[in-house]
Amino acid sequence: MALIAFYILSTIVVLSALFVVAARNPVHSVLWLILAFFTSAGLLVLIGAEFLAMLLVVVYVGAVAVLFLFVVMMLDIDFAELKQGFQNYLVVGVLVALALLAEIGIVAAAATFGGGTTFNANPGAATNAEALSRVLYTDYLLLFQMSGIVLLVAMIGAIVLTLRARPTVKRQNIAQQTGRKRKDAVELKDVRPGQGI
Amino acid sequence: MDFLADINNAIPEAALAGFGLVGLLLGAIGGDRTAGLIRLLAAVALVAASVLTAYQFQHPGAADGIAAFASATSPDGLYRVTMFTLFAKTVTYALAALALLMSGGFLKTSQMERYEYPLLIVFGSLGAGLMLSANDLMTLYVGIETLSLSSYVLAAFRRDSLKSAEAGLKYFVLGALASGLLLYGSSLIYGFTGGTAYAVIAAAPISVGLTFGLVFVVCGLSFKASAAPFHIWTPDVYEGAPAPVVAFFSTAPKIAAVALLAHVMFVTFGPHEEAWRQIISIISAASMLIGAFGALMQNSIKRILAYSSISNVGFALIGVAAGVGNGAASVLVYMTLYVIATLGMFGGVLALRRGGRAIDNVSDLNGLVKQKPGMALGLLVLIFSVAGIPPAAGFWGKLQVFQAGLQADMTWLVLVGALSSVVSLGYYLRLVWAMFMKPSAGELDKTDISIGIIVLVTSLLMFPILTVTIQMLLETAARASGG
Repeated sequence: MALIAFYILSTIVVLSALFVVAARNPVHSVLWLILAFFTSAGLLVLIGAEFLAMLLVVVYVGAVAVLFLFVVMMLDIDFAELKQGFQNYLVVGVLVALALLAEIGIVAAAATFGGGTTFNANPGAATNAEALSRVLYTDYLLLFQMSGIVLLVAMIGAIVLTLRARPTVKRQNIAQQTGRKRKDAVELKDVRPGQGI
Repeated sequence: MDFLADINNAIPEAALAGFGLVGLLLGAIGGDRTAGLIRLLAAVALVAASVLTAYQFQHPGAADGIAAFASATSPDGLYRVTMFTLFAKTVTYALAALALLMSGGFLKTSQMERYEYPLLIVFGSLGAGLMLSANDLMTLYVGIETLSLSSYVLAAFRRDSLKSAEAGLKYFVLGALASGLLLYGSSLIYGFTGGTAYAVIAAAPISVGLTFGLVFVVCGLSFKASAAPFHIWTPDVYEGAPAPVVAFFSTAPKIAAVALLAHVMFVTFGPHEEAWRQIISIISAASMLIGAFGALMQNSIKRILAYSSISNVGFALIGVAAGVGNGAASVLVYMTLYVIATLGMFGGVLALRRGGRAIDNVSDLNGLVKQKPGMALGLLVLIFSVAGIPPAAGFWGKLQVFQAGLQADMTWLVLVGALSSVVSLGYYLRLVWAMFMKPSAGELDKTDISIGIIVLVTSLLMFPILTVTIQMLLETAARASGG
């Protein structure tokens, strides 16, 4: 049963990943990407990594993919223009890619024949989420807090770089509006006939 | 588990983080009117962190488990202080405070007086302190990222200027790439040693995967220290970023990054010295040569200073390549002398303005001695110190790293160093020639008093104070390196 599910899910992952690259319309690419993320989450559930599956859906599908979609839809990008320098860099790019591929090959060969380290997928807890939560606020408290600081710095940065005070812009000041009295605005004048004010 | 004993060693960082959060609240309530106050408080917080770290250094018994590089008391702890990193952290915090104090005048005149500026420097210094105190690759990464994110924003802080925005973007994109390399290397190391703790990595036997991981980690860290061939961003960022930010970049994060590279090599990969010695010596030689030759044809002062900084990182790396026994103390001595001189030099040169505009061309320095004789003399001493010409104190730093190189039988590296020293004199003397020998290029604006004080203090430190009392610095650095 699990094997059938595995084959179905992995076929979908590979095909949708192919379509991410092959699709002509970038919006379709992102939609294929979301499908690939979802099915990968299914694969992770199959091997018992349910927390990672949740994370994949929440973070990648929920935030990153939707963000991509927004960017692709809102920006008017001329893809032909982006690809113009492609041929000039092709040789260098291929060389770098080959070097990286060779590195992965060497490392993988070393791991296969040299005997790597084995990892425990379920470290003494019923579920992944439980195992994570046991160490996250105890052993890794420092990292948890510092990640908060990193995010805070990112937030400060975003505000510093984008928020600007524009003194010339006219804004509604509700406190001032509601605090306005009748006598501030209306003045009664006794105008005599035949004379101006 | 005794929580207080655990946090005891991290009090300087806790103080910085606490101040950062309180300062942010203060700024959010008070707005930019409180910017001056927050800047002052931030400098006080940084000085306090520096003093606390120095106290830990002086009283290693007070906090437990402090040794120069020796094995950890808790091998799987995330955070750990050693004498080496305590020394580096003390200097880092102190220089961040000074860089912050002298930025006031510039920020006011260019309408950049905003309360986020000092807070970003505080958070950046916190990241620098954390990455130095890391005992685990994860802490190392989080620390580096805190420092880098603050730096990207600081580089683009003058957002109305196209160059500043360009500097920030370039720094960000290349920095993200370097972080990626570092993480890729870390994941390889994790896969092949089974742990991210320094102690686990040091205990693991050398393997192909570990070597690849080591190379990627060295690449990532070299980028942060702006060592060649990962230096490309430096001239552009230095040219575009606001002047006080450049003064900050070239001092506090610089010594932190070089000390971090040294610490990771000495501690994390200590037993694998044969695997990294060659890489570090090539990076060192390339940095010295590129720094020396690259600046010869430049006309922009900021770019010249950027190349000077690349070349000086190369000199410090001679000490790293020499290995822990020979070179650890020399790295600390060299970087300390270098960053103190650089703070004064960058601060002084970058604060000079003519008709409200910051000067940028070497010819703008012409005849400085006739208008500001004190400033010109101070800069002369500082330039001599950075170039390593006796009797300025920078000479001692160069002597130390060269001696370390010779002790480790790396004569070729020392020869490359000597050669690039001579070549780099070409542009250092060009600055001096412009200041003292050329006819004046016109009236300069009045500089801020804080700049004058910094130039005075740093130049007096370089000559004669540290020239005479160099023995004290040498002994302290030797203590920090377990000598």
